[in-house]
Amino acid sequence: MPSFKIETPSLSHLSHEDYINVYEPAEDSFLLLDALEDDLELLQQRRPVLCLEVGSGSGVVTTAIARTLGAEVFCLAIDINQAACSATNCTAKENGVKVDVINGDLVTPLRGVCAVDLLVFNPPYVPTPHCEVITSLEEPLTRAWAGGERGREVMDRLFPLLPEVLAPQGLFYMVAIENNDVPQIREVLSALGFQSHVVKQRRVRGEHLVVLRCQKHSDSLE
Amino acid sequence: MVFRCAVHNMKLLTHNMLTSKCMKGVTVGYPLGIVAKDIKVSETEFNSEFVSRIIPKLDWNALWKAADSIGHSGDLPQQLMEDYENNEEFLKKVHHVLLEVEIINGELVCPESGRKFPISQGIPNMLLNEDEL
Repeated sequence: MPSFKIETPSLSHLSHEDYINVYEPAEDSFLLLDALEDDLELLQQRRPVLCLEVGSGSGVVTTAIARTLGAEVFCLAIDINQAACSATNCTAKENGVKVDVINGDLVTPLRGVCAVDLLVFNPPYVPTPHCEVITSLEEPLTRAWAGGERGREVMDRLFPLLPEVLAPQGLFYMVAIENNDVPQIREVLSALGFQSHVVKQRRVRGEHLVVLRCQKHSDSLE
Repeated sequence: MVFRCAVHNMKLLTHNMLTSKCMKGVTVGYPLGIVAKDIKVSETEFNSEFVSRIIPKLDWNALWKAADSIGHSGDLPQQLMEDYENNEEFLKKVHHVLLEVEIINGELVCPESGRKFPISQGIPNMLLNEDEL
């Protein structure tokens, strides 16, 4: 009997002190989880084997995916922030699932063999001056939200890498805000061979959050 | 930040996916060598469906070499056998190498430049310095 709910993992092992260096799950994280939950039937039909979260932070999303999809999936998480890597590792462990964690920049440490069946990314999307994107390692939390010009600088580095990472039937879910120019993001993705749709949106404290779902143009959803 | 909980460690499945190709002057950067200081072998639940569906995503030769280089190839055949989907005995050997042999501490080594990437508390650090990009 397949389950149709995604349970939010326990984060009680993380304290205020940890959130000095690691992004604390917020509305954007939960909107992403809600979008995945809405699509759970689709995800289960696709039967992903390899899942990857880029910028896993506390590990809440990756852990939820690992718990929901169970023993038939291997979850990998990448974060540029070492403290976030430890947090992800720990959150997985505390919730009884296995997630391998890599300290790295986007998907650059992975060989590009179109192997990832499910890719999720909650990028730093807040528009900021460019200098805040490349802020020093002493301020790891800034890197979790500072998106540079139009909030696009980090996500725009990932997009060109998608074709060599995502499997032919792979699905990619990404959080963005209206200020990132969502129609233009969809054009960029389309030029790279991906169709995308806004599958979830929510207005939170003046921020208009969206979740995009993308798949290859050649891949039609049932 | 030091967490109190024990952590999961790097599996050979993850090693199979990692490359140093983004380094300046490196063209393939694969497979990375392994210098394992601490290895843990743990038992995890076998799922034949998972193993047979992950195999097409692997570089078999790199997997075998990695396992062999740290002395844990067991009796994994050097060549991927045909019709493995229904061969439970074979899939169990693959399961063991992919998911049960874990690196806690050590190094990954770029095959071209010799650059070392530390693995500490089960997490490989693949970050490059600005002058390496």
